[in-house]
Amino acid sequence: MVRLDGQGQGLIQVRGLDKVYRRGSEVIHVLQGLNLDVDAGEFVAFMGPSGSGKTTLLNLLGGLDRPSAGRIIVDGVDITRLSNSELARWRARHVGFVFQTFNLIPVLTAFQNVELPLLLTRLSRAERRQRVEAALRLVGLADRMKHYPRELSGGQEQRVAIARAIVTDPTFLLCDEPTGDLDRRSAEEILDLLVALHREFGKTILLVTHDMRAAERAPVVLHLDKGVLVEARGGVGV
Amino acid sequence: MTFGTLIWANLRRRKLRTLLTMASFGSALFLYGILRALHGALYGGVELASASRLVVINRVSLTQPLPQAYGEKIRRVPGVVAVTSANWFGGVYQDERNFFPQFAIEAETYRDMYPEFVIPDEQWQAFLRDRQGCVIGEATARRFGFQVGDRVVLRGTIFPGTWEFNVRAIYRGTRDLDDTTQFWFHREYLEERAGGWVRGMVGWYVVRVADPDRALEVARAIDARFANSPWETKTEPEQAFTASFVKQMGNVQFLILTVGAVVFATLLLVTGNTMAMAVRERTGELGVLKTLGFTDTNLLLLVEAEILVQALIGGGLGVLAAGAVVPGLSRAIPGMIFHLSLPEVVSGVLLALGVGGVAGLLPALSAARLSVAAALRRV
Ligand SMILES: Nc1ncnc2c1ncn2[C@@H]1O[C@H](COP(=O)(O)OP(=O)(O)OP(=O)(O)O)[C@@H](O)[C@H]1O
Ligand SMILES: [Mg+2]
Repeated sequence: MVRLDGQGQGLIQVRGLDKVYRRGSEVIHVLQGLNLDVDAGEFVAFMGPSGSGKTTLLNLLGGLDRPSAGRIIVDGVDITRLSNSELARWRARHVGFVFQTFNLIPVLTAFQNVELPLLLTRLSRAERRQRVEAALRLVGLADRMKHYPRELSGGQEQRVAIARAIVTDPTFLLCDEPTGDLDRRSAEEILDLLVALHREFGKTILLVTHDMRAAERAPVVLHLDKGVLVEARGGVGV
Repeated sequence: MTFGTLIWANLRRRKLRTLLTMASFGSALFLYGILRALHGALYGGVELASASRLVVINRVSLTQPLPQAYGEKIRRVPGVVAVTSANWFGGVYQDERNFFPQFAIEAETYRDMYPEFVIPDEQWQAFLRDRQGCVIGEATARRFGFQVGDRVVLRGTIFPGTWEFNVRAIYRGTRDLDDTTQFWFHREYLEERAGGWVRGMVGWYVVRVADPDRALEVARAIDARFANSPWETKTEPEQAFTASFVKQMGNVQFLILTVGAVVFATLLLVTGNTMAMAVRERTGELGVLKTLGFTDTNLLLLVEAEILVQALIGGGLGVLAAGAVVPGLSRAIPGMIFHLSLPEVVSGVLLALGVGGVAGLLPALSAARLSVAAALRRV
């Protein structure tokens, strides 16, 4: 279930989230007392005009940035209270990011890019190899493991990025316009992949997008407007 | 893959820059090695000089002789355990440029005074038996290809004429910097052939004291013993004697230190700046690593490791290159012993790592402090 009234008890609980940017005397109030609850296994799309704060919200949920006020509780842990290094370890364990610009490391092969987050775990070399291969197989790139990002198409790069995001089996995936830089066909492939991850593997996915057709693939769509979320479509609770 | 793979991949992304950075470390450490060897060549004698030996010369000047009869008197000064003497010969082997020092020595006592020089017993005995015999240091022997049994002819300058010697022994040093360029022969041979003033006069005395801590006291006692005589003496510890010799070259030590400091300061700035550029270029990627859960410390170490690897490889090659060149310097500049010891090589590499570590500190800290959200907006 997804709720906006701040009453849920699910996996992700956001309470009274504020984010204010200051540049000199200029104050930009991006998020204003935002509430959100997402249960495990949900697939939620966020829409909203450019500059409405979608990326800001996703960064806060992923522990990449700190809110001006409010709390974010994931699986019982208030991440706004974690220190920088605790937060880094929390990210490694719980969050998989997928970005619009893929953000692969250009000097590493597809295999190495996917293996990167596993360097922070205690897994043995053989276990790491096994997991990386499984993740790449899942995104359909088992035959491109030795390729460098520049030798891959945009869609393939994004699939490597998804493999990197899921290889640690994180608690949830945060995708910020993952199809923004792709042509229609590649975009569909990526969306198919996300839907499959949600349906077949029960992944919790939060997706930011500008694209109506992308949003349609998610069971629940929310709108970010004037610093708070409103329901656009789907099964939002009371 | 390991963290090492990641560091290596980063070093390979701009190969020219990596090579140039390594070359900066390399050339600085090459210079370090050469300066270190030069310093050793100039001051090594001072450090090697024995604390238990005194040198007694004529108060007027080193070139003025002292009576041979002083030897026995010096021996009776309390605290003195052994005395020997030598004369400067100043001969020329074939050409003025072939300089090496020649001493007419007091054969019975000279060898015992310098335990750092090693001579095979049977060679030494052969030398004692041959009035025209000579002992040559292995550096000089190697330089001119002298071997035991050879005949060596010197042209006298202070003592004119053609002087012939038989090589009876070759001595070697026990420490790297020991001076093995000397040529020794019997003072009896000198007296016999030169005659004149040198009969009964020696160039200087070398004295061994029982207790190095009381060396200065003994030196003063020796000088006091000959005060107001026609040949007053000036006695100094060997160390001070050698140092005053070196001082005539001016303050080379200061020069060496200054040059070294400037070079390393430059290295620090250049490599620090290069590393800062590398980090700035990669801001987005570093941000991505943070999203994957790399901690601030992980990134700090990653950046530091990258520069340390360059310092290690570049600096190591530089100091090894210096080590390869240094023996050639000894050949090119006769009379000076250039040498680079293993501890000096190691401390050179440590120095490179130190400079690299400091140069990488600011870039590494900026990588660690990077705000992920801001870094990602720049991708
Ligand atoms: N570091 C910052 N300093 C100041 N203002 C910022 C900063 N980051 C974001 N903003 C502002 O906050 C607002 C929300 O930005 P955000 O990137 O979250 O929007 P978005 O909804 O993701 O937009 P888009 O759809 O274009 O990606 C914008 O007005 C932006 O200019
Ligand atoms: Mg955005």
